[in-house]
Amino acid sequence: MSLEHVHSTDGEEAGDSSSLALKILVAGGFGAGKTTLVGAVSEIRPLRTEELLSEAGQLVDDTGGVDQKTTTTVAMDFGRITIRSGLSLYLFGTPGQDRFWFLWDELSQGALGAVVLADTRRLEDCFPAVDYFEHRRIPFVVAVNCFSGARTYAEEDVARALDLDRGTPVVLCDARDPASGKDVLIRMVEYAGRMHTARLLESVGQGAGPE
Amino acid sequence: MPPGSQWYDAEAGPLVRPYAVTGGRTRSGPGGVRFDLIALVEADDAAADRRGASLLGPEHRALLSLCGQDARSVAELSADADLPVGVVRVLLGDLLEAGCVRVSRPVPPARLPDEWVLREVIDGLRAL
Repeated sequence: MSLEHVHSTDGEEAGDSSSLALKILVAGGFGAGKTTLVGAVSEIRPLRTEELLSEAGQLVDDTGGVDQKTTTTVAMDFGRITIRSGLSLYLFGTPGQDRFWFLWDELSQGALGAVVLADTRRLEDCFPAVDYFEHRRIPFVVAVNCFSGARTYAEEDVARALDLDRGTPVVLCDARDPASGKDVLIRMVEYAGRMHTARLLESVGQGAGPE
Repeated sequence: MPPGSQWYDAEAGPLVRPYAVTGGRTRSGPGGVRFDLIALVEADDAAADRRGASLLGPEHRALLSLCGQDARSVAELSADADLPVGVVRVLLGDLLEAGCVRVSRPVPPARLPDEWVLREVIDGLRAL
């Protein structure tokens, strides 16, 4: 049966030889620079994949009586970074509009973490993303995209304005710059590692350190 | 001229309904496998030859050729084949059932960030 087929090729027992793919989400308000960031760090030309909304059930956008329109597509940006043969990062820009949120649930499943891009001129645009990842306990960093002409704020100010949980990193970045984008990803992976360790300790109980 | 046809241009999108290539199916076969966007798909050439890929449609073959050299993620296949993810999932289900592809699933979230893997990712990013 095909389901078993999938299991049998699962990487769990295969160890080092199996391919490993890690997923990172890039979220933020419309125009915050999601597409730019994905494009800046990806080694492949930024691709857009499309999902058909009708597939997701009734959560189709409001077509208000336009009966002929059975499907709508929503595009997601995505990019790839190969760390080594068999280990790759995949970046997904989440759809910006609120009505496509159901797609986030699928995207965030098994995600290593997320980058929330913030534009200080419209900080409130990234509230929904911050909320989403906090509720689902998905590690994320807030990357403040420093648009030229926008006043720069200190990281602490942004953290306070967004009412972030303590420890959530805030990084200033330039989404157009690959080096800057890379730094954001490094901070995110580091943070995801810390969160994971902390949760392991939590679940094991007091005093049981990682040996 | 059919009514409204003067409105067709590149912006109008595909003139064949996306799920036409799946025969109207929106779910993959009896196994009901749901392919993750980053599940890696690799063509099994030997099996594809053996089982007579002639039974498959042109879109199936396009997908097979896209993942013939290296394993590709479902998302990449969707972008490169210019087909919606939902459609690609159905077609991949067919290919899996026919034994034409191997699929490695992403690491389950519970054991996701092995410390050494994360270390490797961080070092790898720094070295880029």
